[in-house]
Amino acid sequence: MKGVAITGMGIISSIGNSVEENFDSLLNENRAITRVQNISTIHADINKVGEIKKTNSELIAELHLPANNNFSRTAMIATFAAKQAVENAGITAINEFRTGLISATSVGGMDMTEKYYYDYFEKPELVKYISCHDGGDVADKIASELGLKGMVTTISTACSSAANSIMLGARLIKSGKLDRVIVGGADALAKFTINGFKTLMILSDDYNKPFDNNRKGLNLGEAAAYLVLESDEIVKKQNKKVLARVSGYGNANDAFHQTASSENGDGAYLAMKKAFEVSGLQPSEIDYINVHGTATPNNDLSEGRAILRIYGDEKVPDFSSTKPFTGHTLAAAAAIEAVYSVLAIQNNVVYPNMNFETPMEEFNLQPQTSLKNKNIDHVLSNSFGFGGNCSTLIFSKSE
Amino acid sequence: MKKTYINGVGCISTQKTFDTVFLEDAVYNQNDNILSVVSPVYKDFIAPAAARRMAKGVKNGIVASALAMKDAHAENVDAIITGTGLGCIEDSEKFLKNILDNNEEFLTPTAFIQSTHNTVGAQIALTMQCKGYNFTYVNGAVSFESALLDAKMQLEENEANSILVGGVDENGDYTMELFKLAKRVKQESEQPFTLLAPKTIGSVHGEGASFFVLESEKKDTTYAEILDVQIINTLEENEIETEITTFLKANNVEVSAVDAIVLGFNGDVKFDSYYKRLTENTFSDTPQLYYKHLCGEYDTASAFGLWMASKIIKLQEIPEIVKVNSVKKSAYNTILLYNQLSGKNHSFTLLSK
Repeated sequence: MKGVAITGMGIISSIGNSVEENFDSLLNENRAITRVQNISTIHADINKVGEIKKTNSELIAELHLPANNNFSRTAMIATFAAKQAVENAGITAINEFRTGLISATSVGGMDMTEKYYYDYFEKPELVKYISCHDGGDVADKIASELGLKGMVTTISTACSSAANSIMLGARLIKSGKLDRVIVGGADALAKFTINGFKTLMILSDDYNKPFDNNRKGLNLGEAAAYLVLESDEIVKKQNKKVLARVSGYGNANDAFHQTASSENGDGAYLAMKKAFEVSGLQPSEIDYINVHGTATPNNDLSEGRAILRIYGDEKVPDFSSTKPFTGHTLAAAAAIEAVYSVLAIQNNVVYPNMNFETPMEEFNLQPQTSLKNKNIDHVLSNSFGFGGNCSTLIFSKSE
Repeated sequence: MKKTYINGVGCISTQKTFDTVFLEDAVYNQNDNILSVVSPVYKDFIAPAAARRMAKGVKNGIVASALAMKDAHAENVDAIITGTGLGCIEDSEKFLKNILDNNEEFLTPTAFIQSTHNTVGAQIALTMQCKGYNFTYVNGAVSFESALLDAKMQLEENEANSILVGGVDENGDYTMELFKLAKRVKQESEQPFTLLAPKTIGSVHGEGASFFVLESEKKDTTYAEILDVQIINTLEENEIETEITTFLKANNVEVSAVDAIVLGFNGDVKFDSYYKRLTENTFSDTPQLYYKHLCGEYDTASAFGLWMASKIIKLQEIPEIVKVNSVKKSAYNTILLYNQLSGKNHSFTLLSK
């Protein structure tokens, strides 16, 4: 059997609090990009974001956390999604096999840090939140809620983080170091990131329009998603249902600029090329590309060129960005898009690239703009981040 | 399966660990609760115009990696893997303070960009024009060991032949104040800070950057072979001896064959007991070493520990200043490292000549 088995998924995003709700929104074009509601920011009237429709108090109640907990919002949504994934995979004894957790985050507990930064010295009851700033705190919290004792680590490579956690998880299983790995990522919205992206002038004041000639930038979002990867031995032994497989992966560095992508998408091209090598698949075998497609002028041009370099004279498969639905969820993006990729394979659908109107003048590439039903065996998913970090994952139907 | 050799090292720390042989100038500072790096001459490595905008962690990372590359006689690597607890925390502080103090106005992007955790790894890739695999791990005390484990897997599986791996963290003034408040850093009033006889919780904090060139081929520059790395999130104190002996057994190494054990003692009265269990029992007849009195505690301090262990194997000498006990061995060929922070994020690393 080629590739590593995916046996469970969990997700919470602005378009739904479960795998089913997310899929339903994708099918029905329920976009969830709205004005900022949960965070006090002077940019609330200008910027649109994809917020999860649950407050911290609601999340605390649903997770049954004690009153004295020190969970950041990122840790709350991460635990929420990871618990779903473990349940979906039918796992009852978490340490029964050599089980690991590879998480991803870029902001960690920044949501609490920015809220309480100057209050810590006056309010002793807040001091407990100091330690939740740490990126690794999110994974520690998930592990402790799941009772997972073994290997736990976190990857932070900006917007490609979760792709890299899925990649590492697959490699750990392939090499026989672990039998089961929970992989994914989480990022809550924060004033810090809203302002950060604003200073880079890549936030759109409108709905994001990936691969459109008149695209103005991205909408930020928040989300968490985790997948359970298991060895073929466990799958066989427990007669597990395999949702799909991670068949290819590649990471490369653009080595061009700290925040901008190179004109020819060198890093993106190399990441896709490596993923094809690992999977043994030909580009022509891909049925759907879930592009990174952040709708910034720079990303879509660079990614489009890289895709054209991969396909050369061949036809580029149907592609779309799902970021008009969810916004760009940073370190969680590749994890939620992994869930969407698996759903595309399970249900044989290509999601629409919403908000697209005008093709880009630089090349002849047009995303799929309406929901399309067709057989899907292989999905390629791209995620690129600051620091030139480029990652590609390939998901395949389990035979 | 291919092997993993440490073929070059570079270390910027709170001691003079460059332009020296091996800790001959080391100082055990018992008066300060926060230790700062001994800065190298940055302009020997980075153009001054570029250095001016760079975060401290980026600069130290670039210098430490350049030293490691030079030491390994390596021109380029196939991958760069970095571990960092808090990344360039000074820039995170700066950007956040600007947001809060100026009500989200008048912000510039530089600090935001550098606050991203993978900035150090990315800047090294940019400097070296390395387009290969580039990961950054951020998981408290196992940030560096995660990078090490990842690199070892790639060398074993023949996915790469040479990899630059490092651990880097920097002190930020406000974060240090918060750490004191949260009692992660010891209070000034508690000095002198005698690390092996602690009375209070928390530790003396430090910063640094330690980089290593790992290759699958043994060379003239080789320090040691990395036999194994293991990461465990949660361990009870009474489980540590069993876990560590199981780890050794899996590598066919007897306790008596361990020529030195390098422990992450940090002077925290609450959690140093994990190490004490080992020094008083399983490893009571083994040379015991410590290092955080020299480099301070920080998430990637264990990379300094690996630097020290590598040097010991290569030079076959142990500086007096790092000895916990007086047990000696005729040769130092097999070294075991154990680290944890606040009873979480445990790691074992096994080296051999």
